[in-house]
Amino acid sequence: MEPIQIAERLKERFPEDVREIKEFRDQVSVVVKREHILDLLRFLKEEPDIQMDLLKDITAVDWLGKKVPRFEVVYHLYSIKFKHLLRLKAEVPEEDPAIDSVMPIYIGANWHERECYDMFGIQFRGHPDLRRILLPEDWEGYPLRKDYPLEGYKGEKDWSGFREVLQIAKRNKKFDWYGAQG
Amino acid sequence: MSNITIRDLKEDIRTGLKTKELVLSMGPQHPSTHGVLRLVLELDGETVVKCTPYVGYLHRGTEKLCEHRTYLNALPLSDRLDYIVSMANNVGYVLAVERLFGIEAPARAKYIRTIVSEMARLSGHIIWIATHALDIGAMTVFLYSFREREWLLDLFEHLCGARLTTSYPRIGGVRNDVTEEFLDSLYQFTEEFPARIEEYETLIDQNRIWLQRTKGIGIISAEEAINWGLTGPVLRGSGVPYDVRKFAPYDAYPWVDFEVPVGKNGDVYDRYKVRMQEMRQSNRIIKQCIERMPKGPIMAPDAPKFTLPPKEKIMSEMESLIHQFVLITKGPIAAPEGEIYSAIEAPKGELGFYIVSDGTGKPYRLRLRSPSFVHASVLPRLCEGHLVADVIANIGTIDIVLGECDR
Repeated sequence: MEPIQIAERLKERFPEDVREIKEFRDQVSVVVKREHILDLLRFLKEEPDIQMDLLKDITAVDWLGKKVPRFEVVYHLYSIKFKHLLRLKAEVPEEDPAIDSVMPIYIGANWHERECYDMFGIQFRGHPDLRRILLPEDWEGYPLRKDYPLEGYKGEKDWSGFREVLQIAKRNKKFDWYGAQG
Repeated sequence: MSNITIRDLKEDIRTGLKTKELVLSMGPQHPSTHGVLRLVLELDGETVVKCTPYVGYLHRGTEKLCEHRTYLNALPLSDRLDYIVSMANNVGYVLAVERLFGIEAPARAKYIRTIVSEMARLSGHIIWIATHALDIGAMTVFLYSFREREWLLDLFEHLCGARLTTSYPRIGGVRNDVTEEFLDSLYQFTEEFPARIEEYETLIDQNRIWLQRTKGIGIISAEEAINWGLTGPVLRGSGVPYDVRKFAPYDAYPWVDFEVPVGKNGDVYDRYKVRMQEMRQSNRIIKQCIERMPKGPIMAPDAPKFTLPPKEKIMSEMESLIHQFVLITKGPIAAPEGEIYSAIEAPKGELGFYIVSDGTGKPYRLRLRSPSFVHASVLPRLCEGHLVADVIANIGTIDIVLGECDR
């Protein structure tokens, strides 16, 4: 089955949820609503002639000022048996950035979702351990959002650990090395 | 981390010994975590009850940086992902961008890229066997295997001037052609290398300590491995013959013969076997590529808006000068709008690039799907219930590089 046919079948099965099917360079992306993402993925995984058993990746895209709703959570699914790839994009609005966790279906989604939360601030409902993963726990802001500056927030809003390092550096600069020796 | 003091111990001895769960923080500066990985282990005696990995110590924000650089300028960032095998990352990145632009490299460039990515696989696997064996206690392999890695790095240096941060492939081809000396030396390497692999194997394959430390440790079944999203040798060790080079062939892989070795039990030993066989196959691929490589151009000639023109043309033709100026200052502004996912079989597993383009010279979003990140997430599953000593074996067997994990 070609990926585009899978997308058609998905649309047949879930006419309410599938909003758009796009094809670019032989890759098919399906834009879906976020409400029934678990059912969609379960269908794709368990249908005998689709069998999307490998969840390659979960990430998000921030369409600040370009599209409404603002976020898209992107799932890359692959079937090892049939060798087809499908991209699922769930729309997530800015006001309530949350979507169901897909960990009940793909356990490997764990860290991908945590990273997505870390970088975009999207909540994954039902995730057992939704903490920041790459950044420190007390980091402010979500760096991969388009309104986050490239060099981070400066001054008071800087990360506390970095401010500490700066203070130590300042203190060491004043340290009287020669005096200490003598 | 533990709160046990001498007074507690004295108290214990007086009132009779009690067992307590010990919390042990392993890393981030621990030699056998292969970088800055921190594991918090909760121990009951010597058995791991709970294992919590902490990553991110090497986070440099590569994805954010890529959004602010042109497609050409983002290439050196891919060196810094898996810094042991930077050539493979470069190839993965340029393939993804080429796929987005809809251009294709000429045949000679494809062969060269296949050669260098297999060389990267060899050097990555050599580092892996060296450090993995060293962690488990077989030190000699380390000294032998660095001899071969040195040879490969010297060849990289000959080819592009850098040993680690290569940045050699270009969008639409490769930077410079290979020389005769390079090919001769590499061919000699492929002649000698199978004997060297046997040398490593004689050191550890029959070693009873090695067998006891690796057989039956860190078992993961095929279904479970797929569900965790594992790829590369870790998945193949469980018996799933998934290899991007066969499933979605790129570059010169459709034109060469090679096999995909798989394991059976999915334990540390099987993954070791798979990687050793993979080295032999890589050697075969390199040999075939050298023999079959055609003559011809090394950059796509029909895509002036995406590939840098050669220096002579810039100096003599107005058109080329303009293209070069625009490419350097604004990036490939003729990039189409759209999104692609392109993956390669990096030595550690599937390295994927998901690029969203909005038609400017910079990627709107670039996502790196790195195998090490996924493989590090499976550590608790592998370690829990085993001994502390097996944690080391498990870290070695999933072969993670934290530069790629934290990005």
